[in-house]
Amino acid sequence: MSEEQLHDSTEAFERALARPREECYMLRLYVTGMTPKSARAIANVKAICEEHLKGRYELEVIDLYQRPQLAEGEQIIAAPTLIKDLPLPLRRVIGDFSNSERVLVGLDLRMKT
Amino acid sequence: MAELETQLPKSPTGIQGLDEITGGGLPQGRPTLVCGGAGCGKTLLAMEFLVRGVTQFNEPGVFMAFEETAKDLTQNVASLGFDLEDLIARKKMVLDFVYIERSEIEESGEYDLEGLFIRLGHAIDSIGAKRVVLDTIESLFAGLPNPLILRAELRRLFRWLRGKGVTAIITGERGDATLTRQGLEEYVSDCVITLDHRVNDQVSSRRLRVVKYRGSTHGTNEYPFLIDEGGFSVLPITSLGLQHAVSLEHIPTGVPRLDAMLGGVGYYRGSSVLVSGTAGTGKSSLAAHFVDAACRRGERAIYFAFEESPDQITRNMRSIGIDLMSWVEQGLLRFEASRPTVSGLEMHLARMHKAVNAFKPEVVIVDPLNSFHVGSNEIAVKAILMLLVDFLKTNQITGLFTNLTSGGNESDQSDVVIASLIDTWLLVRDIELGGERNRGMYVLKSRGMAHSNQIREFLLTDHGAELRDVYVGPSGVMTGSARLVQEAQEQARKLTRQQEIEQRQLELECKRSALEAQIATMRAVFEVQEAESLRIVRQEQAQEAQLAQERVDMGISRKADATEKTPEGESK
Repeated sequence: MSEEQLHDSTEAFERALARPREECYMLRLYVTGMTPKSARAIANVKAICEEHLKGRYELEVIDLYQRPQLAEGEQIIAAPTLIKDLPLPLRRVIGDFSNSERVLVGLDLRMKT
Repeated sequence: MAELETQLPKSPTGIQGLDEITGGGLPQGRPTLVCGGAGCGKTLLAMEFLVRGVTQFNEPGVFMAFEETAKDLTQNVASLGFDLEDLIARKKMVLDFVYIERSEIEESGEYDLEGLFIRLGHAIDSIGAKRVVLDTIESLFAGLPNPLILRAELRRLFRWLRGKGVTAIITGERGDATLTRQGLEEYVSDCVITLDHRVNDQVSSRRLRVVKYRGSTHGTNEYPFLIDEGGFSVLPITSLGLQHAVSLEHIPTGVPRLDAMLGGVGYYRGSSVLVSGTAGTGKSSLAAHFVDAACRRGERAIYFAFEESPDQITRNMRSIGIDLMSWVEQGLLRFEASRPTVSGLEMHLARMHKAVNAFKPEVVIVDPLNSFHVGSNEIAVKAILMLLVDFLKTNQITGLFTNLTSGGNESDQSDVVIASLIDTWLLVRDIELGGERNRGMYVLKSRGMAHSNQIREFLLTDHGAELRDVYVGPSGVMTGSARLVQEAQEQARKLTRQQEIEQRQLELECKRSALEAQIATMRAVFEVQEAESLRIVRQEQAQEAQLAQERVDMGISRKADATEKTPEGESK
């Protein structure tokens, strides 16, 4: 292995590290009906996404009461649950997202302190 | 009892024995907590509740697993003959594995378990489930943050389950001081069942106990249960009651003199016989005789041996002239030999049940019972024996049990424990007398027949066991050599008496001969005299005739007045 090749791979790794920030976020938010908690959760998630992921996220809000079969398929227990499908790894955040720091940690946008 | 049942509807579990303990099953439409340590069978109990619900009571069920995946569960219970895939395909069961990975979950603010409710609700509604199992819901505490929320949500869950009207089993791991690690018993308080898997003296046994059952009477004891290929079965002591029909038929014991002691007929068919005695008194030999007699009649027998191997038994019995091997070859006799320590009592009982059900014998031998006495488990032994006796009696099988006693004290403690279950109790014991040990036997009790109260000497000869009368002398019963001496003495006395009689008879004969000789002599003398007398008489007569003639002649010669032709008589 030559010196040049090694150098190249390091650069590629650094580029790869930088890339997720620009990656598109696929998010799904499962709520249970239009309870105040659900409303609060939707509002909080939207605010966080707008602030940190503006223009590069897709958020789907699903009401479990409407599609209960999804609860089993998606392994949902708690509500509300926010699932980050992409970028990997898969992450779940539960709660009403009032603590935006924890949401950001959950979305891998911030390291756990 | 019946009134209570109408007050509180119950869901039968279909699990052998459990319904009898709980008086009909689990409380219908309410959650039941099943708790116990690792590997004690919680999941299996819950699963069987569901499967039997479907197969026996047509009540579909939902199994929500928090620990095992659906695939694992299906595989695990397949060995018990439960085909979950089929049940799921027929829409009779839903198997839902709840996957919680702590590292994937981040908590931000308050949450609830509405997702689980919806999920469970959907599963229940999709098949119209009547039964629900949550196994083990405590896993939530490890997977989800904020226990305070969880506790509140669990409380809500159980209330919701009641509202749904499903009969639920919630399993929980046993905690240090509480029944479950997370104190679930606070929330599920209608019915609590604990399972226990304990090891006593290196032998494991499983126990089940109904800790509480609101609104219903229930058996409060610890009941042994077992898990085998047929699933879960609890062994409630009172399960069969005392309703078995009895037979009036007698079956011979195989020892004719013993039959004579037992009212001349032998044991009752379907009775339980205990042969107890100290070591080497011939208990197994009596059992072998009984087996031999049964096989001779063409009946089947199972010999459960716990101390000797089948080979050893057949060899030993051959020495007293009983060939058990030929019965084995003819398929009339089956040996089931194992060490008592190989498994717990319940497993032994289950094994016996299975063997008896498969072989359908008329006679069952358990040799010996006391092998089960390990430490101080007498109550357990009695319970198991009671179940065994009940089982045999219900099937009209005659059971013969041997029991080794420690000697000295005839009715050893272990005997007392089981004595009340026994119909016919034979005691074989050593009688030490005159520097030797001999076997003695008597019938301690025999229900329902006139039996001998005699002690018999019990001999093992090369043609089987023999019973002899014992002599009762001034120093107690006489056996062995003492008996032989006594017999010899009696023989001698008898001989002497006989000789005396003969002597007297001889003397009498002598006297008679003497008398007769005397009579003969006298008769001879008489005859001689008689002859002499007659001769004299004739002589006299002849002389007289002579004289008369002479007188006539004289007259003629004198030419007296008499005519020539005058007869003699008229001449006078």
